[in-house]
Amino acid sequence: MNDKKSPPVAVTYEGDVTIATLTRERILEDADIRALEETILPLIAQADSIRLVIDFSTVRFLTSAALGLLIRISKKVREQGGRLALCSIQPKIYEVFRITQLDQVFQIFPDADQAAKNV
Amino acid sequence: MGNANTDRKTLTLPSDVSAVERVCEGLLAEAAAQSFGEDDLFAIHLALEEALMNAAKHGNALDPKKCVRVEYQITPEKFDVTITDQGCGFNPDALPDPRSEENLYKYGGRGVLLMRAYMDTVEFNPSGNRVHMVKYRTNQTATG
Repeated sequence: MNDKKSPPVAVTYEGDVTIATLTRERILEDADIRALEETILPLIAQADSIRLVIDFSTVRFLTSAALGLLIRISKKVREQGGRLALCSIQPKIYEVFRITQLDQVFQIFPDADQAAKNV
Repeated sequence: MGNANTDRKTLTLPSDVSAVERVCEGLLAEAAAQSFGEDDLFAIHLALEEALMNAAKHGNALDPKKCVRVEYQITPEKFDVTITDQGCGFNPDALPDPRSEENLYKYGGRGVLLMRAYMDTVEFNPSGNRVHMVKYRTNQTATG
C-alpha cells in the first residue's frame, strides 16, 4: 500500500532524539521525494544540532532518487552540527545501500532503540 | 490469473513521471502473472524504474513532445525489455563510478550501477539512447 494522502513521515521523540519513521512502503520519484523533503528538512532546520533517526521499517522499495535525498539530508544535518542514523532497513533495501556503498556513508542500526542510543 | 501472453509487445509513453510509474506497474503485473518470484520482481522493478526515469528525465529532458518506447517480452524464463528515448544519447562507458570517493556523496548517478547490479544483461546502443535489459528467472518461490 502506498497511500499518497497520508503523511510520508511519522515523527516521534525519544529524549532528545527525533525519530522520523517513513510511512510509505515504496519511495519512488518526485512526489514521494518532495513529500519527504518537505517534512524532514524543516525538522533539521528547526532543531539545534538535531539527533535524527530515520526508520525504514515500512519501506519495501526505493529508487536511487531516495538515496540522493538521504545524502542531501545527511549534508543538512552535518551543516547544522547534528547527527543522523538510519535503522530497520529490510534486507532487500540494505542490499541497495551495499551495492552503492552507501552502507559505508550512513550509520545504520537494526532498530530504532539502538539507533537512538548511538546517534 | 492475469495475462500470461509471451508475445513481444511494444508501448510508447510520454516523458513524465506518472507515466513511468504506470508502465512499471503494468510490466510488473505481467511478470508476476508469469510467476516471477519476489526477489526477481524487486530486481526488475528497480531496474525498470531507473531505466525509464533515465529515459524520460535525462534522455528526453521531460520534454512533452518526446516519447519513450518500450519493447518487451516476458516468458516463464526471462524478462526482456528494450527502452528507447528520443534524446541525443550519452556514453555509458564514460559514466563516473558513483562509489568512488569523489562521487560517493553526490546526489545522483547511481541508476545505471543499480541496473547493472540487478539485471543479468544491460546493453546500450552506441549512441546511448537505447538500453536492452534481461532478467532470467531465478529459482525461488513464486508470488501470487
